[in-house]
Amino acid sequence: MLAQLIVSGLAAGSLYGIMALGLILIYKTTHILNFGQGDMAMFSTFIALLLFQSYGLPLLAALGAALVTGGLLGIVVDRGLLRWAKNAPVTSLFIATLGIGMILQAIALWMGLIDSRPFPYVLRGRPLFIGDVVLRQHDLLVFGVALAVSLLFFIVFKFTKVGIAMRATSQNKRAAQLMGINVGRIGTWSWALGLGTGAIAGCLVAPIVFLDLQSMIFVMIKAIAAAVLGGFTSLPGAVVGGLVLGVIENLFSGYMPTAIAPLKTTFVFTLIILVLVVRPHGLLGERSAGGHG
Amino acid sequence: MLRFEGVNTFYGPIHALKGVSFHVDKGALVAVLGANGAGKTTLMNTTSGLVRARSGQIFLEGRRIERLPPDRIVRLGITQVPEGRQLFPDLSVVENLRMGAYIRRNGAALRRDMSEVFERFPALNGRGRQIAGTLSGGEQQMLAIGRALMARPRVLLLDEPSLGLSPLLVRQLFDRLAALSHEGITMIVAEQNAYLSLEVASQGIVLETGRVALMGSSDELRRTDRVRQLYLGTKGKADPRPDDTGGDVPDAKRGSTD
Repeated sequence: MLAQLIVSGLAAGSLYGIMALGLILIYKTTHILNFGQGDMAMFSTFIALLLFQSYGLPLLAALGAALVTGGLLGIVVDRGLLRWAKNAPVTSLFIATLGIGMILQAIALWMGLIDSRPFPYVLRGRPLFIGDVVLRQHDLLVFGVALAVSLLFFIVFKFTKVGIAMRATSQNKRAAQLMGINVGRIGTWSWALGLGTGAIAGCLVAPIVFLDLQSMIFVMIKAIAAAVLGGFTSLPGAVVGGLVLGVIENLFSGYMPTAIAPLKTTFVFTLIILVLVVRPHGLLGERSAGGHG
Repeated sequence: MLRFEGVNTFYGPIHALKGVSFHVDKGALVAVLGANGAGKTTLMNTTSGLVRARSGQIFLEGRRIERLPPDRIVRLGITQVPEGRQLFPDLSVVENLRMGAYIRRNGAALRRDMSEVFERFPALNGRGRQIAGTLSGGEQQMLAIGRALMARPRVLLLDEPSLGLSPLLVRQLFDRLAALSHEGITMIVAEQNAYLSLEVASQGIVLETGRVALMGSSDELRRTDRVRQLYLGTKGKADPRPDDTGGDVPDAKRGSTD
């Protein structure tokens, strides 16, 4: 029982972690908390579903299309919308991202994307049994993708010029400009990568939760919670935060009496407040988190 | 090499640079002197494109640059070492240097320049993987200069490089700047330390409340009363805000276009 709950929790937590990675990436370079992340991920996933069901694209190609849609959406959101409001306070831009999310919901409705059959599983083979732990193949896929995305992020931020430039921009924007870094372009890259990551999360969540307008919002709220738990500026923290969150949530709903088990989300958020009291910068947050300009 | 013609810069209602005109010869080291709030940093940031001039022109080898964004200006060959160093505190020393070379392609030349920085600034040697924020003040300043050199600038702007350094380190710093100047890099050094900067500079200009109050060769400037005053008491004191009436300029040469 315990092992099963932990494994399932880790699978859910991986999804929160992937989603949180996208959020934090955008937050670190642009200082915008993208409240539209859930809707944007949902939109990319809908596009994949549309291509798969109505246009007969192979499933993997459709998933690739979701990734591309996410990236393009990031470019459109940054260049086409937020750039025009660049003199607005960052907190106002938070609300703007919420608005963009709602616009995307409306577009999805209008395009008739909502009235769809459930999103297919990529791997739907027989579940694996390890001892008495049941592991769906989809869970394995989620673990694999989470690992791959984390590894990719690590490589990009550690070794590539654009990745280091993203970190540099988040630490000192003015100095980044003085190095010849086009900080606007770095912001656009972050949006593209962040929403591409969101699209991945969306496609992994969709088969589990049955896609509808609100389905990604809950994942996003959990992702924000994961990000807070991890320290909000730390990418590894986002993944760790997501995993911890998923496991705790699952243990709570597994062991608590059925009357209060549905309160797992409430419990998790209460716990996060406690964590922040003890560790104000989260589990893996940098102490200088607020200090960069 | 670099020419300023009637440059006016504002911060909101504050008129921070008032018709600044001067020019810098290729290979020259020009000291920009003046108290706090005289407009030194504004001059640097206007040149780098971080602040846009409201009027006037800045030419780099005949090409107008005052409307270009900062990254374009860096690509044209002007790099700034900003006041307070402004390193990327959570990046390693090597990563900071790599960001200094952001406009360049990765390759052998870049690696060679990086090892040259380590030779030039032995204090950084063996610390490539150290996080920049944990270096001492002097080491940070060396890294800031090394980072700027990684761009292979033709014009190097240094804003208050001696700030916060011990007298011994300041001495070393100016020796380094003199050596760089001998290698042919054109430099503009904004400094409150008039004594040392005029020692290494060939020319100087004195900014007062946003205007060029004096300019001339270092020797000429050293003999003026106004610069003597800067040597002595007034250094480091809070200065009138830059929107105060400008300095009157009776003696020595007035700022001119050429």
